[in-house]
Amino acid sequence: MTEHSTDHATFVVERTYDAAPSRVFAAWAEPAAKQRWFSGPDGWDQPRYELDFRVGGREVSRVTTPGEPTYTYDATYHDIVPERRIVYAYTMDRDDTRISVSTATVEFEPAGPGTRLVFTEQDVFLDGHDKVEYREHGTKALLNSLDAALREAPAGAPAS
Amino acid sequence: MLNHSSSLDLAFQALADPTRRIMVDRLSRGPASVSELARPLSMSLSAVVQHLAVLEAGGLVRSEKMGRVRTCRVEPTALRNAERWIAERRATWERRLDRLGEYLDATAHPPRRKRP
Repeated sequence: MTEHSTDHATFVVERTYDAAPSRVFAAWAEPAAKQRWFSGPDGWDQPRYELDFRVGGREVSRVTTPGEPTYTYDATYHDIVPERRIVYAYTMDRDDTRISVSTATVEFEPAGPGTRLVFTEQDVFLDGHDKVEYREHGTKALLNSLDAALREAPAGAPAS
Repeated sequence: MLNHSSSLDLAFQALADPTRRIMVDRLSRGPASVSELARPLSMSLSAVVQHLAVLEAGGLVRSEKMGRVRTCRVEPTALRNAERWIAERRATWERRLDRLGEYLDATAHPPRRKRP
């Protein structure tokens, strides 16, 4: 039996960088630069990465690690305003199953000598959310991410 | 659209401790008894039971006693799966944008500063 379901979500992540908008934008536009930071979870292999940064151009990233599925990200760029804005849509597949379709908007604003970056993602999560193995993977990935985030948290925060 | 729910907040609080993260990581590979959970941790069984209580309050883990053995497993209903997904994807982006910052710092030309 196949259950079809959709869940919609939007999230926003903001950062202010000590670098001019031209440099921050270039880190999204140049394949070698983008691959430096746009990778999968720490320790995962990225056997395929391509970026054709222009309106209508594609970006493909495939990540995998032993014992886990292969995740394929496939994006198409729809709007590019140099040093100001990038809008793209992407699909995410787990092995051969499509798990989400998303729109992402990246906005760059001058902030003094630096840049304020606002990343907004709108997601449709497709089917299969009730499968235990997905939850387990999600738990592990969440823990790993949280662990990384907390390791960077200021010392002296309460332990519980 | 998903909002930050109190269940998600409780779950994150429960996870804001390295011992409890180790316990959930272990349980994400399958059910375990309290003594199995305690084995890699250098603490008393009663301390482990206290951590377990926080995880249960956060809705991340449930346990049931069968005879003399308490078996613990990851509780799937606490975080709705979509919330789990959104938290995971947001965390991915938090880390990516931090890496972008590290990359920008590493490739910065030293601004108006003499180098030796």
